[in-house]
Amino acid sequence: MEPITIVRSKVAPLDRADVDTDQIIPKQFLKRVERTGFGEFLFFDWKNEDFYILDRPEYEGARILVAGRNFGCGSSREHAPWAIQDYGFDVVIAPSFADIFRTNCTKIGMLPVVLPDEDVRTIIQEAIDQPGTEMTVDLEECAVAFPDGRTVEFHIEDSVRDRLLNGWDDIGLTMLKEAEIGAYEAGRERQGPVTTVLL
Amino acid sequence: MGKTLFRKVWDLHEVVPEGPEGPAILYIDLHLVHEVTSPQAFDGLRMAGRAVRRPDRTLATVDHNVPTVGRERGIEDELSRLQVEALERNAREFGIPLFSLTSPRQGIVHVIGPELGFTQPGMTIVCGDSHTSTHGAFGALAFGIGTSEVEHVLATQTLPQGMPRTMRINFEGDLPRGVVAKDLILGAIGQMGVSGAQGHVVEYAGSAIRGLTMEGRMTVCNMSIEGGARAGMVAPDDTTFAYVEGRMAAPDDFAASVERWRELPSDPDATFDREMDVDVPSLAPQVTWGTTPGMVAPITGRVPTPEQYEDPTDQEAVRRSLEYMGLQGGEAMEDIAIDTVFLGSCTNGRIEDLRAAAEVVQGHSVKDGIRAMVVPGSMAVKAQAEEEGLDEVFRTAGFEWRDAGCSMCLGMNPDILEPGERCASTSNRNFEGRQGKGGRTHLVSPAMAAAAAITGHLVDVRTFDAALAGA
Repeated sequence: MEPITIVRSKVAPLDRADVDTDQIIPKQFLKRVERTGFGEFLFFDWKNEDFYILDRPEYEGARILVAGRNFGCGSSREHAPWAIQDYGFDVVIAPSFADIFRTNCTKIGMLPVVLPDEDVRTIIQEAIDQPGTEMTVDLEECAVAFPDGRTVEFHIEDSVRDRLLNGWDDIGLTMLKEAEIGAYEAGRERQGPVTTVLL
Repeated sequence: MGKTLFRKVWDLHEVVPEGPEGPAILYIDLHLVHEVTSPQAFDGLRMAGRAVRRPDRTLATVDHNVPTVGRERGIEDELSRLQVEALERNAREFGIPLFSLTSPRQGIVHVIGPELGFTQPGMTIVCGDSHTSTHGAFGALAFGIGTSEVEHVLATQTLPQGMPRTMRINFEGDLPRGVVAKDLILGAIGQMGVSGAQGHVVEYAGSAIRGLTMEGRMTVCNMSIEGGARAGMVAPDDTTFAYVEGRMAAPDDFAASVERWRELPSDPDATFDREMDVDVPSLAPQVTWGTTPGMVAPITGRVPTPEQYEDPTDQEAVRRSLEYMGLQGGEAMEDIAIDTVFLGSCTNGRIEDLRAAAEVVQGHSVKDGIRAMVVPGSMAVKAQAEEEGLDEVFRTAGFEWRDAGCSMCLGMNPDILEPGERCASTSNRNFEGRQGKGGRTHLVSPAMAAAAAITGHLVDVRTFDAALAGA
């Protein structure tokens, strides 16, 4: 995956809580067997709703998406972060994320940033009131710089941060532990059940 | 200090402990695969020239995309057909057992694992599907993963995992009449909210849980994700062992296995990061009125109004939900007329669910103008139901009797709601558009769904009979 370090960009707002992955990418698009091309279907069923403004011209080119609490809840479909990334976002800011969605983001090189409620509220309001205002998200410093110069730090696990900063392949990293996996299988692996009896 | 059930299962599977280099690496005992979240993972393996490390710990089925009628004609929707064919190709190429469209063992991935005996206490189980938490009912650590993680497990049979927090939800007290597993979990989600258990593995405990059958425990664990939990678990006991015994994949050394499994329940002095109590005796059958599973009320209650909420975010969410659901707020739950009934899904598509619904349906008819369908969770459940004559009960009453699959739970196959169509559904999510764009979903238990089909509106299954007689 592509490394991610510092993102300076406009911010696109989605002022809603509990946005589920069925909204992010509706089921009819999950039939595709490719990993790319989901961006044009992002929030497909919301495109004509009044509250849905992030596709307006003033937000074009935004690489930071900001949304309400519990973002990405529901289905585990990785098609949701694929769609957000394919649309052009590298960072999603929210007061909280659903666990599977958050993990999925970090596996594809997209940065989920958790900030306190009031900071997220400020960012959403600013993005709505003054579209085009830029912000900086700095993964090296784990900090978000607001347009007024104020910075807020965010937390992310060191190992996840390292992986995102370097664009490392998670599977490759685990494969470095081949000896440990082999030893587990030789000594501690559970007996069965074995599925290949069905073949 | 004692260990929790979760921690015992975790420790048994730690290949590499958490350290400065990164999170723990856990061994995965069983990887379930379906057609929707796997094609890109297999492509990734091919591109990197990697094999599936342990096909013997991997099992695939088709469920999300499959039609539930007319299977002999194959899959008419081209994209759905291509996705199923991709899984068939991948399973062949990588040596993974697959139940495809016409297999008598085909079914929803979370129904077939337990019914074949592959789901056992103390295991780690993953699947590219958020309802993998279902398998936690056996005292397994089971959770949903994304496609990148599916690829990771296929390649290494392991997953790096950060240590989750633990939470225990205690359901003490006797179940009131008409209150079943679905009501326990909907009530708990209503109490804690849809992100109430975020970051936690939940252990469901208490006398009401111990009294549930395995089907009931699976219903409870299934909806863990709807409360935001990473996974849900129930301590294995004699009910669990009796369910596993004799099934196709049950261990040969069954008695010895049971002795090991008896060590799994949380120690009496184990502590949890959080505890929550649900007052079981005060529960009534639950129905959702909004567009998240946390927007739920007793059938005896009323739809809330936005003004009843203090937080402006909640007020806005409720306003939007009521608008989407075509409700005013303030109406009695029992006054809400429905168009459709869906009985099925990985939440409530097991034999006991069909029995409970059939018991309500017996001697009644589906109300004129109501579309009602039963979609068994697996072809084995379907066969069992037919052996018991349940299909006759449903058919005679006017229900459609279908083949197994996810069906209208998420509407990836042709079984969808039309815009504005209102459905009493035994599934797990009432999100906007979940069952079809513009469709309106009310989540209920199987018996409540059956009663709604007969009366044509949401109704209290405990009193609907008397209401019909009086009408």
